[in-house]
Amino acid sequence: MTRQRGEVVVETRDLCMHFGGVRAVDQVDFSLFDKELRCLIGPNGAGKSTFFKCLTGQLTPTSGEVIIRGQPMTGAEPFEVASLGVGIKTQVPNVFDGLTAEENIWLAARRWHGDARSRSLTAETIERLKLGDIRRTLVGQLAHGQRQWVELGMVVAAEPWLVLLDEPAAGMTHEETYRTVELIEEINKTSALIVVEHDMQFIRMISRTVTLFHEGRILMQDTMEAISADPRAREVYLGHRA
Amino acid sequence: MDLVVAVLFQLTYVIANLALISLGLAIIFGMMRVINLAHGEFLMLGGYTVVVATNLGVNIWVSMLILAPLVVGIIGVIVERVLIRWLYGRMVDTLLATWGLSLLLVGIVTSIFGASTATTVSPPLGAVRIGDYSASGYELFLIVITAILLFAVWLTLRFTKLGLLARGTMQNAEMASSLGVSTSRIYMITFGLGAAVSGLAGGLLAPMTGVLPTIGATYIAKAFITVISGGAAILAGTTAGSVLLGGINGIFSFIAGSTFGEIALLLAAIVLLRLMPRGITGRFFRKSL
Amino acid sequence: MLRQMRPTLVYAVLGILFMFVAPQVLQLFTIINLTTAIALAILALSLALIWGYGGILCFGQVAFFGLGAYVYTISAINFGGSTWAILLAILITAAFAAALGYFIFFGRVSDVYLGVITLTVTLIFFSLIRRTSGPEYKIGNALLGGFNGVSSPPINLPWDTRTFLFPEQVFYVAMAALILCYVFVGWLVNTKFGRVCVSIRENELRAELLGYDIRLYKLGIFTIGAGIAAIGGVMFCNGVGRITPDVFNLYNAALTIIWVIVGGRGTLIGPIGATFALFYLTSALGGQTVLNNNLVLGVILIIFVLLVPKGVAPTVVDWFGARRRKKPGRVRRRRRGNRTEGAQ
Repeated sequence: MTRQRGEVVVETRDLCMHFGGVRAVDQVDFSLFDKELRCLIGPNGAGKSTFFKCLTGQLTPTSGEVIIRGQPMTGAEPFEVASLGVGIKTQVPNVFDGLTAEENIWLAARRWHGDARSRSLTAETIERLKLGDIRRTLVGQLAHGQRQWVELGMVVAAEPWLVLLDEPAAGMTHEETYRTVELIEEINKTSALIVVEHDMQFIRMISRTVTLFHEGRILMQDTMEAISADPRAREVYLGHRA
Repeated sequence: MDLVVAVLFQLTYVIANLALISLGLAIIFGMMRVINLAHGEFLMLGGYTVVVATNLGVNIWVSMLILAPLVVGIIGVIVERVLIRWLYGRMVDTLLATWGLSLLLVGIVTSIFGASTATTVSPPLGAVRIGDYSASGYELFLIVITAILLFAVWLTLRFTKLGLLARGTMQNAEMASSLGVSTSRIYMITFGLGAAVSGLAGGLLAPMTGVLPTIGATYIAKAFITVISGGAAILAGTTAGSVLLGGINGIFSFIAGSTFGEIALLLAAIVLLRLMPRGITGRFFRKSL
Repeated sequence: MLRQMRPTLVYAVLGILFMFVAPQVLQLFTIINLTTAIALAILALSLALIWGYGGILCFGQVAFFGLGAYVYTISAINFGGSTWAILLAILITAAFAAALGYFIFFGRVSDVYLGVITLTVTLIFFSLIRRTSGPEYKIGNALLGGFNGVSSPPINLPWDTRTFLFPEQVFYVAMAALILCYVFVGWLVNTKFGRVCVSIRENELRAELLGYDIRLYKLGIFTIGAGIAAIGGVMFCNGVGRITPDVFNLYNAALTIIWVIVGGRGTLIGPIGATFALFYLTSALGGQTVLNNNLVLGVILIIFVLLVPKGVAPTVVDWFGARRRKKPGRVRRRRRGNRTEGAQ
C-alpha cells in the first residue's frame, strides 16, 4: 500500500443526502489526497452512487459540505465541478449519440484549449485509446463497451487533475476490462481518482485504498486485503458474494 | 359590504372558470404525461355540440350536461386509438401530433360550419342580486358546477376501481402492466374521460362566449399556464394553479383592467416556473391527487 | 471551416443568382408575394437554428417574428425613418428573448414545458394586441390598432428618410437578408459555439460534465434565433405593408413548426425549402374552399410526425446514402475534415 500523503483534494464533511425518509448518504466524512487512487465499494443501495452524484453536482446534498481543492462545491452545478478540471464518467454511458467518436472527444478537449491544440489532443487521445477504427462512426451505433471507451476518451482528453468514475467496467468484456485497468493506472500517474465499482476482480486489480459503504455510511477504509479479511465487511458485502 | 361580496364573487368566478377550462387537460396530463395541444379544440367541439343540438330542438341542459361530454368523450377515445397510442413515451412527438390534430379539427369544423360564429345560445339563467349589485346567475351556476366536477373527479380517483388503477398507472406504468392491469385500456378510458370533461366545459361556456372554429386558441393558453403551474397532481394542481393565477388575474383586472390582468397572469406564471420548475404540486402537496 | 461550409456557400450562390434573375423574369405581383415568402423563410431559418441545432423546442418563434415587426413598425412611424427602427427591432426582440430565456433556461425548463411556455407567450401577445383597438393604446405617434393592426412604413435608404424603396427593391433587401442570415447561421453552427449547442441537443448532462454551462449556451442560441426571427418580421411587414396581431395566432405558430419538421431538423436548407413549398401550396389552396388550410396543414403535420419524423431533407440524404452504399465496387467517399456535421 502506497499512500501519497499530500494535499487533500476532495473532502466531504458530515455529508447527508436524504430522499424523503431514506438516508442514502448519512454523515459521511471523506477525504482524498492528491494523486491518490480510491475505490468506493459497497452492496447495492449502500449509497456510493448517491455519494458520487453529490460530488459531481448531479445531486444537491441535504446537508454537509463538499470541498474540492479548497473550494466549497456543495450544491454546485455539474459544469462548475467539471470546470475545476475534474473529469467525470457516469454509470450509464453519457455520450453524444448523434456525433462521431472523434467529435465527442474533440468537444471535451475544446473546453480547455484552442482549435489547433484540441485537434492534436483529439488525435492523441484516439491513438492512446485505440479508437482509430471507430473515429468517424456515430457513437449511437457503437456497442456498449465501445461507448464506454468513447466516454473514457472524453474524460482523458480534458486532461483532468481529478477523475471520478462511476462503474467504468460495467458491461465490458474481459479484454476491455483489462485495458480499462491499464488506463486507470496510467491516468493515476498524473491525476487523483475516485472509482465506484461493483466488480471485485476489477477492484483487486487496481486497488490501493478501498472505502466500504454500508447503509449510507463509511463502514471501513483500508486495503482490499484487510477488508476481505474483516468479518464485518464479509457480513455486509463479501459474505454473500464470495 | 355588498361591493366586497360582488368582487369576491367575480374573483371566484375567474378562478372557477380557469379550473373548468383546465381540468380536462390536467386529467390527461396528470395521468398520461401527454400534453394535449388539441385541448382547446375539444372545448370548441363541446360548444358546437351544444349549438347544433339546441338548434335541432334538444333541451339546452341536456345538450350541455349530457350530449357535449358524451360526443367529445367518444371523439377522445377515437383520437386515442387512432393517433395517441402510437406515441406513448414520446412526449415531443405527442405534442406535435396533437397540434396537427388541433389544426385538423379546426379545419374540419370550418369546412362544415363556416369560419364565423355559429348561431349562439343565450345563457339559460337570469341575474341574481347581491344587495345593490347584480351578478350573472349563470356565472354562479358555473362556479357550482366546477366545484361539483372537481369533487366528482376526486371521488373517482379516490374510491373507484378505475381511479385506483389510474393512480397505479400514474405511479408506475410498468408495474401496473405487470400486475395484469391493461395500461392500454386505462389510457384509452383516461383520454376519453379527459376529453369528455373538456367537452362539458366547452359546452357550458358556449352560452358565455359563443362558438367559433378557432375559439380553442383563446382557452388553451390559460389552460396550459394553469396546468403547468399547478404541476402533475390533477386535482391539487388544477386547484392551486387556478386559485393562484385566477386570483392574480382577478385582482389585477379589478385594479387596472383586464389587459393588465392577463399580463399579470403571464408574468406570475413565468416567475412561478422559474422558482418551481415542476409546478406548485412538484414542490408542495406532493402526495396529493 | 471552409470545407464544411461549402454546401452552405453553394446554396448561397444559387440564392444570389435567383435574387438577380427573378425580378427580370417574374411579374411585380409575384415578386411582392415572394418577398413575403422570403420573410417567412428567415423565420423558418431561425427556428431551424434553435430547434434543429440547439434542440430547443420553441413553439413561439412567431412571437419574436411578430415582435420584430411591431417594434419596427412603431419605431419607424415615430422616427420617420427605418434605419434605426430595424436595429431597434432586432435589439428589443433579442433582449425580450434573453429575458424570457433567462427564466426558462436558468429555471431548467426543457422539452415540452418549454414548448408550451413559448406558445403561451405567443398567444398572450395575440390576445393582448387584439385588445388595443382604442385610441388610448398608442406608443408615441403610432396607434396599435387592435385586430386591424398598423400599416408599416416602407424601408428607406440608410439614413436617408426621403428615399423609400419600391416593392421590387424591398425584394432585393429581403433576399439579401435571407442569404446573409443563412450564411451566418451556416457559419455559426460550425463554430465552437455551434458545436457545443449541438452537443447539448444530443446530451445535456454530458455537455455539462465536460464543463460547459449549458444554460448560457442555450440562452445564447435562443437569443440569436430571436434576433434572426425579428429580421424576418421586419421583412414581412415590409412585404405585406402592415402588421396585425394575427401573426401571433396559433395557426402561424404551427406553420413555423411544420416548416422545420417537413424540411428536417438538423438542416438549414430543408426548412427554407419547405417554407417556399408550403407557402405556394397554401396560396394555391386559398383559391378553393373544399380543403381548408388548417385541415391540410394538420394532416401534413400528423403524417410527418408519424411517418417521416426526420423530415424531407435528411430522409432524402439517407435514401441516397443507402443507395450509394448498396452499389458494389464503388468506394465510399470519405470525408476528410477533422470534424464533420457540416451545415447544408
